[in-house]
Amino acid sequence: MAKLGHEWILRLGDDALVLAQRLSEWCSHGPALEEDIALSNIALDLLGQARALLTLAGEREGQGRDEDALAYFRTDREFSNALLVEVPNGHFGDTIVRQMLFDQFALLRYEALAGQSAEPEVAAIAAKAVKEVRYHAAHSAQWVVRLGDGTDESHNKVQESLNVLWPYTQELFEDDAVSQACAAAGVLPLNASYHARWKEQVLAILEEATLNCPETSALLTGGREGKHTEHLSYLLAEMQVLQRTYPGAKW
Amino acid sequence: MVTERVARVQRVLEQVMDPELPFLTVTELGMIRGCSELEDGTIEILLTPTYSGCPATDAIQEDIEAALSPMETRFKIRVVHAPTWTTDWISDAAREKMRQNGIAPPEGSSADKAFLLGKAQEVPCPRCNGKDTKLVSPFGSTACKAHYQCNACAEPFDHFKCF
Ligand SMILES: [Zn+2]
Repeated sequence: MAKLGHEWILRLGDDALVLAQRLSEWCSHGPALEEDIALSNIALDLLGQARALLTLAGEREGQGRDEDALAYFRTDREFSNALLVEVPNGHFGDTIVRQMLFDQFALLRYEALAGQSAEPEVAAIAAKAVKEVRYHAAHSAQWVVRLGDGTDESHNKVQESLNVLWPYTQELFEDDAVSQACAAAGVLPLNASYHARWKEQVLAILEEATLNCPETSALLTGGREGKHTEHLSYLLAEMQVLQRTYPGAKW
Repeated sequence: MVTERVARVQRVLEQVMDPELPFLTVTELGMIRGCSELEDGTIEILLTPTYSGCPATDAIQEDIEAALSPMETRFKIRVVHAPTWTTDWISDAAREKMRQNGIAPPEGSSADKAFLLGKAQEVPCPRCNGKDTKLVSPFGSTACKAHYQCNACAEPFDHFKCF
């Protein structure tokens, strides 16, 4: 039976790792104690998913790299996360809109992977992640509705968040040689296959939130092949500094 | 086959407490998925994490190692992800202990995902048993808990999420 290439598993892991790092920046800066705890808990779930996925990617790669080697000793060009997750947090509304757009995608992707009997190791990680991401998705959707259908100010702010973030979403549904090979081997669906369902769910949330879906042809992409915004470099600098300075440090 | 050595290890495992719920053992929480003797005589313990990001998983491994070290038995702990841990594996006795310690246990089975479908879930107050409670935040003091408050007695309490 065909096995997923390590590159594809690494993409899943990098999406989770980079977003975990972004969300953890909210720790002790949340707008309310409950939200501070919520964002930190979501970051922790994502970090747990990233650890399992990076470990598996390292094993499949067969070069002796473990989760730490992959997290701390790769350069920005070697990271394959989607650009959406590296976008800086901005204000709480920016973070919540980014989270909603990603959660709806992550849920569909993990649900598809959880059912892959040909890939029991990935399926097991995905099955656990589905349960966690359902809570994340419920939380981010509720907040988008609350802010969008809130005051004029909150409405205008999250509409602007949505306008800025929307061009990043197309990348999530792109396919390339890596995902096409996996699809051809029958181990997972094409990314494009989630798009209609994702859009349907996102539009339902936006409608309840009285927000308009941006009309734009702008498209920001490149993350899967390592072409990132400068924001990722700063994120990695902070995340990697200790291990880069004291390689192998433990505490 | 449960050999005498396996049985001894199991008895020790039944004494290892969860670091975040120190009145419950890892066995009661359903985290030990197997314990058997391999061909070379090593006792293999299968451990499954509750949540992917649960920071207690590392601590639990260390606690198991510490508990077993006086036995001078060769053992190894293997972390397994399938089948996925569910709150359905928490025993009724453990749920009662949660209640006694001020934590509302997961209600029903993970099959009725009332919260996940956006419906309010009935979570009785562990202090006064009143049913009039409200969800303060779906994310509580640890990854596995939500934060509730009782409208009758005003007690703020943790609810172990159905998962
Ligand atoms: Zn009460």
